[in-house]
Amino acid sequence: MKTIRIGAGAGYSGDRIEPALELAQKGKIDYLVFECLAERTIAIAQKAKLADPSKGYDALLAERMETVLKVCAEKGIKIITNMGAANPQAGAEKTREIAAAQGLSLKIASVSGDDVLETLKSGDIKITETGQPAASMSNVLVSGNAYLGAAPIVEALEQGADVVITGRVADPALFLAPQIKEFGWAFDDWAHLAKGTAVGHLLECGGQVTGGYFAEPGRKDVPGLGRLGFPIAEVSEDGSFVITKVESAGGHVTTDTCKEQILYEVHDPKSYLTPDVTADFSQITFTQEGPDRVRVEGVTGRERPATLKVSVGYVDGYIGEGQISYAGPGALARAKLALEIVQERLGIIGLKSSELRYDLIGVNAIHRDVLAPQPEPTEVRARVTGRCESMKEAVRIGNEVETLYTNGPAGGGGATKSARQVVAMLSALVPRAAVTPRIQIIEVQS
Amino acid sequence: MKLFDIAHSRTGDKGDISNISVIAYDEKDYARLAAHVTAERVKEHFKGIVHGDVVRYELPSIGALNFVMYEALGGGVTRSLALDPHGKCLGSALLALEIPDSDV
Repeated sequence: MKTIRIGAGAGYSGDRIEPALELAQKGKIDYLVFECLAERTIAIAQKAKLADPSKGYDALLAERMETVLKVCAEKGIKIITNMGAANPQAGAEKTREIAAAQGLSLKIASVSGDDVLETLKSGDIKITETGQPAASMSNVLVSGNAYLGAAPIVEALEQGADVVITGRVADPALFLAPQIKEFGWAFDDWAHLAKGTAVGHLLECGGQVTGGYFAEPGRKDVPGLGRLGFPIAEVSEDGSFVITKVESAGGHVTTDTCKEQILYEVHDPKSYLTPDVTADFSQITFTQEGPDRVRVEGVTGRERPATLKVSVGYVDGYIGEGQISYAGPGALARAKLALEIVQERLGIIGLKSSELRYDLIGVNAIHRDVLAPQPEPTEVRARVTGRCESMKEAVRIGNEVETLYTNGPAGGGGATKSARQVVAMLSALVPRAAVTPRIQIIEVQS
Repeated sequence: MKLFDIAHSRTGDKGDISNISVIAYDEKDYARLAAHVTAERVKEHFKGIVHGDVVRYELPSIGALNFVMYEALGGGVTRSLALDPHGKCLGSALLALEIPDSDV
């Protein structure tokens, strides 16, 4: 039975780069997939593209391609990535430049068409969370990107692409596409598409399934986290698969690492919705077949959803923040006094804010007083943050924390302040007909 | 004993919704998890943090539960004023839940 090996070269936009090179060199893989596009990343990329039409793709695209392109070309490994972000064509063009500079002959495809911002601004699409029409927010909308499925990537691969660069595509679809291409599965073969989607979901966060974000000293020890290897799925034509890694790499693949990853960011395990299929993980099983080899079984699937999900980015005010530390005996009391002073000051200056938050880092900053007992800490950091309608107002919050240096309790140190514009995310559903994927192929000849 | 002694967990986020898996180290302990780690207890544990419903999904085939918690993340990762805007630390905090030492 035909088998392919797919490696995950990144689990998020800022991820480590060497594990992907290790996969390409030693992983005996056929495909290297980089998942680098978080919900909010595309809105930020959209703003970059508006400022400069040649930008808007992932900031690490060039470095990743420079690292892996040559070895992938030599070994015939195809690359699939969503590093195109808001501008897949520009990402493809940059990749062409790098390939040319390295003397490689390659076909580079871009997949676009996920941008539905104009449809949101003019149509009658409703925001899922609020029920209000997206069009009524048109003055603050920054981005609207529909999650595409595997089909346009499959088409690009069938046209001979060696590298496929997409914008917003459902993360598992990046991994499902090569399986559909290699095994000839039909686009309504729900059983196989669901299994292939499970492959994608287990691999999409890179090192999370090889023991990254997993270690609990003494309970869940993981070897070699500093040189963590990224995962490989070995998939057969019938959809059965094993999760593994490069033998010499750090980390490990166990039934426990797989269990944590299969439920990561999943809601109802019976209905994991993607543009390609409704996958059912509720009967999944993991079997340790050997060291770092876990077999996955029991995934089923049914018809895909009728609509496509859209990530909607919009400008939602400004957040200002200030922090300052206190230490030694009485640190907690002084930090509490510091927060009281800032609260009073923000009242005196008449700060316009819709939400303010006062934290004592090391005491109650993560889970409020609900889950935090209050012993006397040897050091504590006071933090004030708030939401404002303008940058000017947001800046005042950090200023009031900073003035504690000469106006606040004894011994405050290390004050920092910041203010930033908020690009927030909502979601919407659009009919499939509202989205037309486009594939463009450019060639480099050495 | 604490849930920490028999289970591990990971937390994910989608918008203002947090999900926490609770996975028995030994699948034989799944029945204990199912009996003692109810949606009601989780909601009570996160009182003041999780403002919406808590829904529990069961996965006996891997000895795990999945909790989906609505209005849990201060409006979502990009909007939240929290120091941990993803709510990534919530799962570890859930493992502090007390459960009976032996099965009753």
